[in-house]
Amino acid sequence: MANAETFETICALIAPLNKKGIELKPESSFAVDLELDSLTVMDLVAEIEDEFDILLPLNLLPDLETIQHVADAVEKILAEG
Amino acid sequence: MDLLDKFDATTALRESLPFKKADPFTVVMDEIISETEAMIGGRQTILAGTNNYMGMTFHEDAIEAAKDALDKFGTGTTGSRVLNGTYGGHKALEATIAEFYGMKHCMVFSTGYQANLGMLSALGGKDDYIIIDADSHASIYDGCAMGNATIVRFKHNDVEHMEKRLKRIPEGAHKLLVVEGMYSMLGDAAPLKELLEIGKKYGCMTLVDEAHSMGFCGENGRGVAEELGVEHLVDFFVGTFSKSVGTVGGFAVSNHPKFDVLRYVSRPYIFTASLPPSVVASATASIKAIQRSGNRRAHLWENARQLHAGLKEAGFNLCTEKAESPIIAVHLPDAMIGTKFWEQLLMEGVYVNMAAPPATPAGMFLMRVSVCAQHTSEQISQIIKRFIITAEKTGLNLNS
Repeated sequence: MANAETFETICALIAPLNKKGIELKPESSFAVDLELDSLTVMDLVAEIEDEFDILLPLNLLPDLETIQHVADAVEKILAEG
Repeated sequence: MDLLDKFDATTALRESLPFKKADPFTVVMDEIISETEAMIGGRQTILAGTNNYMGMTFHEDAIEAAKDALDKFGTGTTGSRVLNGTYGGHKALEATIAEFYGMKHCMVFSTGYQANLGMLSALGGKDDYIIIDADSHASIYDGCAMGNATIVRFKHNDVEHMEKRLKRIPEGAHKLLVVEGMYSMLGDAAPLKELLEIGKKYGCMTLVDEAHSMGFCGENGRGVAEELGVEHLVDFFVGTFSKSVGTVGGFAVSNHPKFDVLRYVSRPYIFTASLPPSVVASATASIKAIQRSGNRRAHLWENARQLHAGLKEAGFNLCTEKAESPIIAVHLPDAMIGTKFWEQLLMEGVYVNMAAPPATPAGMFLMRVSVCAQHTSEQISQIIKRFIITAEKTGLNLNS
């Protein structure tokens, strides 16, 4: 499980895209709960990459359905350095 | 349970578009009058959405060569390039393209789509990185998906965004930077000099897809890299015969001494039938003709500039500041207006491409016009005039 700080940082990046104003929870999904289209997700991925100074390769994206998934992936990548 | 249920949203979207008299996804060209005109639904129509940039589809040399090859070699090869599907014509075509690009090696694929699939899937191994522009053509995305490399994406034509990502790739990893010379939806050229220089600085091999720039960019028509004088920074060029060359097929060229090994490892090259002899012959004749086609190139650019200036003056929102290519994309506010506009324009006798997400960047709805070297100035004037009439009839507000 990713730590709270990572989760909060990611949520801050999602906030401007949260048009429906739903409560952001670890299990909130990008496609269903946040209703983000693929182009918006693409921009979000780029922002997360720059925020954490990492690469989130395209290959990973199909498995990253929720905020928790992304937070875990970010921490795993950071840990692998 | 039905496997097709997952497409219900697509069906619903499709059905929500208010087409009445015509539908861009089911248009039938009943008769092709020339490179620039067809009969559609009983109406004589100016073709302004064909990617037939150099107007080679009816070139005398290409037609004659195709007929001759058909008589001598038959209708098809019925085999793979690596089995019975390589004829003398295929080798001659590869030599012609290599000479056209001034490079040592060439592989011909059965489509342009497969050329990208074949190159990217073979080059992108398990520990390698492929860096792509976010607006890349589907064939680039699919080629990446087919291979085993890690795929890194940067914002369209954004050199700084790309460099940030190149910095993050582990040192020592093999990297392939993939960009297009010209992007097909908006008709915008890439800043190839900057992209390729930075790519080389970080040790990338580079692949440039010149599908929508071959024929008319650069002194010899090799594409944007030639135009910008940066061909020495390109390891692989990929191109197609289905646009300026006027037939079907694709190719890759390179100076890499080990290039030919790709013939044995590129599955989209191996596991499909090779191009029919007639197609090969017409492509060869067409590329030779393109080399001598300075006048056509000049007229094509005049047409592009005339159309861009005319539509801009009329108050349409154009996707590029000036004509960067023969593709002039007009931005429309939404799907409803776009749909009506496309349909009315066809009724006025002009065929263009309706382009909608996900094929377009940033969810844009476009009337994508592509001009041909064989359009007369009068036809271009007609296209502009009919765009204006269509705007009036569909209630599209033009800038004043």
